[in-house]
Amino acid sequence: MIEARGLARSFTTRHGTVEAVRGVDLSVAAGEIVGFLGPNGAGKTTTVRMLTTLLAPTAGTATVAGCDLRADPAGVRRGIGHVAQGGGTDPSVPVGEELDLQARLHGVPDRRARIAELCELLELTVPASRPSAALSGGQRRRLDIALGLVHRPRLLFLDEPTTGLDPQSRGNLWEHVRSMRDRDGTTVFLTTHYLDEADALCDRLLIIDRGGIVARGTPAELKRRVAGDVVTLELSGAGEPGPAGGEGAASSPASAASPASAAERARSALARHPAVREATVTGRTVRLTVQDGERELMGLVRSLDAAGVVLASVSLARPTLDDVFLAVTGRSLRDAAA
Amino acid sequence: MSMARTVSDTRLIFGRYLRQTLRSKVAVVFGLTQPLLYLLLFGPLLTRLGGVRGFGSGDAWQVFVPGVLVQLALFGAAFVGFGLIGDLRSGVVERLRVTPVSRTALLLGRVLRDTVVLVAQAVVLLGAAFALGLRAPAAGVAVGLLFVVGLAVSVASLSYVLAMRTRSEDAFAPLLSAVTLPLMLLSGILLPMGLAPGWLDAVSRCTPFRYVVDAARAAFRGDYATAAVGEGALVTVVLLVVSVALGARRFRAENA
Repeated sequence: MIEARGLARSFTTRHGTVEAVRGVDLSVAAGEIVGFLGPNGAGKTTTVRMLTTLLAPTAGTATVAGCDLRADPAGVRRGIGHVAQGGGTDPSVPVGEELDLQARLHGVPDRRARIAELCELLELTVPASRPSAALSGGQRRRLDIALGLVHRPRLLFLDEPTTGLDPQSRGNLWEHVRSMRDRDGTTVFLTTHYLDEADALCDRLLIIDRGGIVARGTPAELKRRVAGDVVTLELSGAGEPGPAGGEGAASSPASAASPASAAERARSALARHPAVREATVTGRTVRLTVQDGERELMGLVRSLDAAGVVLASVSLARPTLDDVFLAVTGRSLRDAAA
Repeated sequence: MSMARTVSDTRLIFGRYLRQTLRSKVAVVFGLTQPLLYLLLFGPLLTRLGGVRGFGSGDAWQVFVPGVLVQLALFGAAFVGFGLIGDLRSGVVERLRVTPVSRTALLLGRVLRDTVVLVAQAVVLLGAAFALGLRAPAAGVAVGLLFVVGLAVSVASLSYVLAMRTRSEDAFAPLLSAVTLPLMLLSGILLPMGLAPGWLDAVSRCTPFRYVVDAARAAFRGDYATAAVGEGALVTVVLLVVSVALGARRFRAENA
């Protein structure tokens, strides 16, 4: 549905040339929901604007919805729907007029029936005469999506679909995106900087940072590729002074030799465990990165037991896409946004 | 993009913006108040200037009303770019651009709306002028209106080009007044340039609106076969072609 090779776009500003997107390759198959994940300013919207004919690429080629982006932009436009980040409605224009114009411009046959059908599917039950300014945030977003879907496109671009929505509206919108694909086989390409959104909604993810794709795969694959699970151990060190702020890698030979405190004993016991990739100690807390944590957890606890370490609590956390982003770029997604 | 497609899309876009105008009647009425005030509060002064040298032959109203009409066209059409900036900001422009709509229709539909609004305002203005004492041949008034329409289409197209380029009210507004005010003063809208000293007359002849105003005045007097009408027609047509071509090019550009 999308085949892009070396897609690039640079902008000339007063301060010189900015390469917003530098040579992106991507493929999206029919019927997929593919997420484009990255911090603000990573080049997501620029890529989408290129793929939707709004912005001419400075380099590269792409085929979108069966048409060449450069040779047949009109063909691309007939096959796609696009919902921009900020929507695309005039606040003063009645909902019915916006939908009707969009349908006419696309030459939709029997547009009244199509609009009624869409409003029902998207639960957009507002009077057609109501201006979009009077809609709730969730309703306005669904109106934007209805505008993008009115001509039954095979491919829908959603740019930051749930930014600014309350949690309930977000969940509701995710449902609509899923059912759009399941019911009509619509391919969805969406950008987001929300990890939970990418995780919950997408079959496949592309992670973009500083204008280039830095990782790709299913959410599960990406998470597996990273560090592994995080096991946090709270030691019960009654009366025992913790090593103040002591931190270090388990693999360091010095730690195995150093005596005494519970944390140190725990760490040296765990360093020998084959599943443990990394261990850090902070006070009485030991944080382990463990491959296949769920399965290894019992073994870890047993070896601590054998070393005479008493535990107050154990917790296991699966890696998040934030960990993926951190591992791939060296920065946290939350901090990278700038 | 076929011609038929452009025509039908222009009609759709025209409809959208005409309905928008009809929803905000206040703006239309407001646009009319300034020229009406000129007519009511400034016009009567001119009728006292009848025989003054340079005022040309004909009744003072025949001189003044075409000027006010051109002023209406100039200011009414110059400000239409603000609407486009609003649409750029709300995302409407991009939304429409991802549909197969004719790019030219996105410009022409808007300009057509602007022209219809202007003609409606001009009719009201002419009615008021007749009530105040304007007497002019119907054909002359019609020809004068044609000039005014040509001017409005040109100015509106240029306003959209500027709006597309600046993309913000803060940059667009000062640019607009920097351009329109001198052009208005130099066109001899309020007083005919026949009264001007030689240098001012010469500068005025370098601006396009001067010719349009003179031509409209000649038409209102019933002097159709004059150099003024010929020059005015030529300038209007050239201005029209250049402005619409610039506008169409801007709207067709990939990154608009």
